[in-house]
Amino acid sequence: MFERKDKNKQIGLKTSEGVPTPSSVPVKKGNEKKAKRTVAVNGKSSKSKLLLKNITNSLKPTLRETKKSTRAMVKSPLAVTGIVLIAFVLFLGIAAPILAPPQFADDPLYIPRDFETPKPPGAEGHLLGTGLQGADIFYGVIWGARTSIEISLFVVLTAAIIGIVLGAISGFYGGRIDDLIMRVTDIFLSIPSLILAMAVAAVLSRSLENIMFALILVWWPPYTRLIRGQVLSVRENTYVEAARAIGCKNKRILFKHIVPNSLAPMLVSITMDIGAVVLVAAGLSYLGFGASSGTAEWGKMVSDGQQFFLSTVYYDGQAYTPYWMVTFPGLMIFIFVMGFNLLGDALRDLLDPRLRR
Amino acid sequence: MRLASYIAKRLLLLIPVLLGVSILVFTLTRFAGDPAAAYATEKTTDAQLDLIREKFHLNEPIINQYWYWLDGVFHGDWGYSRSARLPVTDAIVEFFPATFELTLISMVIAVVIGVALGTISAVKRDTPVDHGTRIMALSGVSLPIFWLALMLQYVFYYAIPIFPAAGQYGDKYILTGVPDYTGFLLVDSLLAGNLPLFGDAIMHIVLPAVTLSFGSIAIITRIMRSSMLEVLNQDFVKTARAKGLSEKVVIRKHARRNALIPTTTVVGLSFGGLLGGAVLTESIFSWPGLGRWSSTAILSNDWASILGFVLLVSIIYVFVNLIVDLMYAYLDPRVRLE
Repeated sequence: MFERKDKNKQIGLKTSEGVPTPSSVPVKKGNEKKAKRTVAVNGKSSKSKLLLKNITNSLKPTLRETKKSTRAMVKSPLAVTGIVLIAFVLFLGIAAPILAPPQFADDPLYIPRDFETPKPPGAEGHLLGTGLQGADIFYGVIWGARTSIEISLFVVLTAAIIGIVLGAISGFYGGRIDDLIMRVTDIFLSIPSLILAMAVAAVLSRSLENIMFALILVWWPPYTRLIRGQVLSVRENTYVEAARAIGCKNKRILFKHIVPNSLAPMLVSITMDIGAVVLVAAGLSYLGFGASSGTAEWGKMVSDGQQFFLSTVYYDGQAYTPYWMVTFPGLMIFIFVMGFNLLGDALRDLLDPRLRR
Repeated sequence: MRLASYIAKRLLLLIPVLLGVSILVFTLTRFAGDPAAAYATEKTTDAQLDLIREKFHLNEPIINQYWYWLDGVFHGDWGYSRSARLPVTDAIVEFFPATFELTLISMVIAVVIGVALGTISAVKRDTPVDHGTRIMALSGVSLPIFWLALMLQYVFYYAIPIFPAAGQYGDKYILTGVPDYTGFLLVDSLLAGNLPLFGDAIMHIVLPAVTLSFGSIAIITRIMRSSMLEVLNQDFVKTARAKGLSEKVVIRKHARRNALIPTTTVVGLSFGGLLGGAVLTESIFSWPGLGRWSSTAILSNDWASILGFVLLVSIIYVFVNLIVDLMYAYLDPRVRLE
């Protein structure tokens, strides 16, 4: 033990107690030679090795927590279902070019079509049938996954960053700037989000990018509120006082000490909002904002398919009620959103100390 | 007296928010291109367009235009809704009752089912029943509402024809006309003693109301469950059990009544949210309410309607918030209004 401490002193590094360093590992007699050789070989790198050990040691509590959380997650069947659903959609999104090679490489969201009347699932190699203008539903369902992932991640992350910055400033500095930011969020929050998004999308031209813009505009105020509330409580902690006492600047205190400790509750909202954004985006597309007909976007596909809904189409002399154009894209929206809601719900239980352990 | 001053304070705080909302939306409308174009047809000459611009002050700075609009709002002139072919205020009076009826019925469905599911879920915590309701609740907020509506139409109109697919009443009443005393069809048909019409209206409201209630059921179930769990841990529940009351009485009279307080807030807020019209549901079921009107207005760049509608919805929303806070203080005397 003494030897170890001395060695640490020599190198000038701190190790947390009770952690074996190379020299303190009890060496069995028979292995003495071998051990010595190892030390000798690694002698030059022992300094960097120790440093590495220190880093892993400092990560240990985090790792332990993560392990515990992971174990708790895996134990909850609902969380696992959520993860499986998300993985499924992610797989479709990533493997889209292989599963459904695009007709035009520069416009993969254009669903290949044969301009004939809709065909039922299974007909002529169309696994899920065809829809408006004979567009292949399978292709749309696959590439729609990519569209949805892109839209939701971009909207939620952008809105979260705006919310974190504004909320942190508002909660930390208080006073006039707080009043200003809070009044602006009041205004945004007193207009129903779908209506505001519709109005913004209506002003802009109809495209997926503009839907994203409209959604970001709707989504940042709740995050700002959430972070502000967190910052208000976190900034009363003693470690913030300590940081101030050792002369940290405001900006450093805010973004290195307060904000990282305010993010936990946001994790749940972000997870669930990834699903919610897809729902609202699909709703907007369904109403006719955003993507044009024949784009691989699930909401638009439902509204394209609705034109044939409850009607009859004939294929090969047989009559069909075209349920497939509406059912499959809608089911995909459900799977995507449900996955994130299940995961978010499990995360909430996990992060709530009262429900944990 | 304290209550009165609290309400007065809240109403005063409303003013800047509503002004902000109207400025925001008004600015948005002016991004949408020449407002005069909305009045133009193929036959409109340039001279006429100039006249239109003159009449609606469209040549003046945007601040003046806003001022004219605001002045009109205070004098009861909210502009003319092209999509409804009515003045905006008349359009609101025309469409509000249908939305209100739909909202009310869907909220009744949501509260009954949500409170029941939430209670069971909490009492049978961590059992398959609890997991089942949790999955149901999460599905409720995960279903795209327009898709749910279409699926319901497919099953209950097409496959098993029980309910009509769309509209507020059957086609045969279009010719005879419907009574219009209050604007609320369910009330009016009863007042007129027209029971077949009442029955028809009930059948028409079922599918949209069920569609609309799905999201609220989910939220109410979740909040009911968590507040029930909290209450069940409290001392007075233990006391009730200790003095030998049956579990049924403990749950129904002691626990659930207290757990209902936080739920009230959520119910109030969803009610306020839905009163603004459920755009998607109303559009799919051709329900003649505010939601369908607003989506038509937005899609046809009818900005007078959009401004009026957003202003109305914001007013409703903020008022509902106030009422919810007052109710909360009434239900739980420990809460003090400040």
